[in-house]
Amino acid sequence: MTDPIVRFQDVHKSFGDVNVLKGINLDIKPAEKVAIIGPSGSGKTTIIRMLMTLEEPSSGDIIVDGKNLWKMEKNGHMVKANEKHLREVRGDIGMVFQHFNLFPHMTILENCMTAPIHVKKESKEEVRDRSIQMLERVGLGEKLDNYPSQLSGGQKQRVAMARALVMRPKIMLFDEVTSALDPELVGEVLEVIRDLAKHEDMAMVLVTHEMDFALDIADKVLFLDEGVIAEQGTASEVIEHSENERLQGFLRRFRG
Amino acid sequence: MNAIIEIFPQLARGLHVTITVLLASAILAYLMAFIAGLCRLSQNIFIRKFTGFYVEVFRGTSLIVQLFWLYYAIPMLFGIQLGSNWWTGVIAIGLNYGAYLSEVVRGSILSVAKGQSEAATALNMSRFQRMRLVIFPQAVRMMLPEFGNYTIQMLKGTSLVSLIGMTDILYYGDILRSSNLSQAPIVYLLVLVFYFILALPLIWLTRKGERISKKGVANG
Amino acid sequence: MNNNWSWETFMDALPFVLQGLWITVSLTITCYLFALLFGFVWTFLRRIPNRFFNWIVTWVMEFIRSTPPLVQLFFLFYAWPMIPGIGVTLSPFTSAVLGLGIHFSTYIGEIYRSGIDSIDKGQWEASKALNFSTVDKWRRIILPQAIPPTVPMLGNYFIIMFKEVPLASTIGVAGIMLMANSYGAQNWSYLEPLTIVGIIFLVLSYPSAVLIRKLEIKLNTRFDKNAAIK
Repeated sequence: MTDPIVRFQDVHKSFGDVNVLKGINLDIKPAEKVAIIGPSGSGKTTIIRMLMTLEEPSSGDIIVDGKNLWKMEKNGHMVKANEKHLREVRGDIGMVFQHFNLFPHMTILENCMTAPIHVKKESKEEVRDRSIQMLERVGLGEKLDNYPSQLSGGQKQRVAMARALVMRPKIMLFDEVTSALDPELVGEVLEVIRDLAKHEDMAMVLVTHEMDFALDIADKVLFLDEGVIAEQGTASEVIEHSENERLQGFLRRFRG
Repeated sequence: MNAIIEIFPQLARGLHVTITVLLASAILAYLMAFIAGLCRLSQNIFIRKFTGFYVEVFRGTSLIVQLFWLYYAIPMLFGIQLGSNWWTGVIAIGLNYGAYLSEVVRGSILSVAKGQSEAATALNMSRFQRMRLVIFPQAVRMMLPEFGNYTIQMLKGTSLVSLIGMTDILYYGDILRSSNLSQAPIVYLLVLVFYFILALPLIWLTRKGERISKKGVANG
Repeated sequence: MNNNWSWETFMDALPFVLQGLWITVSLTITCYLFALLFGFVWTFLRRIPNRFFNWIVTWVMEFIRSTPPLVQLFFLFYAWPMIPGIGVTLSPFTSAVLGLGIHFSTYIGEIYRSGIDSIDKGQWEASKALNFSTVDKWRRIILPQAIPPTVPMLGNYFIIMFKEVPLASTIGVAGIMLMANSYGAQNWSYLEPLTIVGIIFLVLSYPSAVLIRKLEIKLNTRFDKNAAIK
């Protein structure tokens, strides 16, 4: 039994008066592929946004590789993490966003190179080689000097994945990465994710509405409903053997 | 025609003052714009309120009032003579438009889409790196047209320094007019043309800035 | 010259400077109304479908806009009477209304234009389909939609105008600025009366700016530009 690389312990999150997450407990093992499914508004995205430090939990602990993400020790007390601590712990995490969030003022090669150079202080030559390699892998080796505005949505999302991968994360988060795409562009993005799931030994967490795809590649599926993990297990456990009625209803709607 | 040939070189004697006041006050204004614009986004409430006070005072009163006020106040409050009114003009115009431009800086930074800063966080950039590598380069593009527009405003504002005795283009125009009243129409028309010629490159730069700002930014 | 701040002088200068307040306010309002009206002239001229004429109008506007209003005031006040044939002597007040009014009408005209340009193509087509006359089309369909969203921008120009009006002191309009300067000349202390002028400007323009910001928020929620095409 390996130690989990990510552990959520009774994590709550509320926005104003709205309790979005009501006690999340969750273990993710290294190299595990986890899919989070559930109705919209159930807090799926919030889970990975807290892990990426974009959202602060209201209570509970998130442990990444043995370190508490949002809290740090100071004079023998646990206090709220500062920027320095957050940067130390989140260094192993990468994320791909629904709306790509590419940097529009940089070419796609620069998009990939900027963080390794400035954040990880790696050598420019090494980073350039790795970035080109990664962009070739996602099928964009021809577009290195293009700007994001010159690409299609599917291409943008593939650049976003390459950009995250160049940082060599141990954990990759995918936040509804196909929701903003035209239907005919979804396939090319899913192909890249499938390739990563098969060949990379990093942990992956996917928040998605592409149900069949998620069930296909995931080692573990979480069904999030009304702020709690209502069901979890392998894909077949969750789909075929669950007696949770809301899950059945949800699956019927999404799988037709 | 003869009159034009006579008047033009007379007015040109003021070119030096107009241009140096414009350049110096523009540099001061840009500097103040970035300092005050960033300070107003600071997490420190004292810094925020203090710069807010500067911005509201200079935006809330007129340039001409500020110019005269500083003209009399600087020697008194600081017990120093700046040595020339040139500095008084530069400080008044620079501080005034710096206040306006700081709002442009602040607004542009705020209008860079939130997703940009989130993507930068996901790449583990520090606060400073997020600002320097991601937010700022995009915000600056958005600022360009307004910086152009306000620089034209500053050029117009430089004409006020003639009121405190600086020998700029308008000053020589006034001298010519008072020496020959019937020449007034042609004199002031030429003064206007002079300013317009100076404004042309700024107008051109502003339009170029508008084109640049339309691409290469994510806002919303 | 008096080199020390004195509250006594301040209190002494206050009523003197305030004598000019009415002129400053009424000049602001007159200039502003003139600019609002004259702005329509530019908007109208720019809609005349002749490329050469359009080019001329655009550059005339650009010329007025990018040259100092101070010089334009001097031109109207000192030079206009000297022009053979058409020259007439203008009072300082009239010169200021014409000078500042025309200067800012070029900005106001652009605001009107942006309002008209923001109207969806479908609205023009709809008024054509309903067979409106040209006058009715503008009066009932286009302007009622084009003007309201521009109100905050137009309001801002009222405040800008207020702050430009003291320029008129240079040609002898006896507003607060001129009163402050003449108090200074008589008593050899300029700082106190000029400070009063600054305070008056702050006291009047800051609340107006806040008011316009509120109006803007209100209009944005009430007047949804996209409602027509949703």
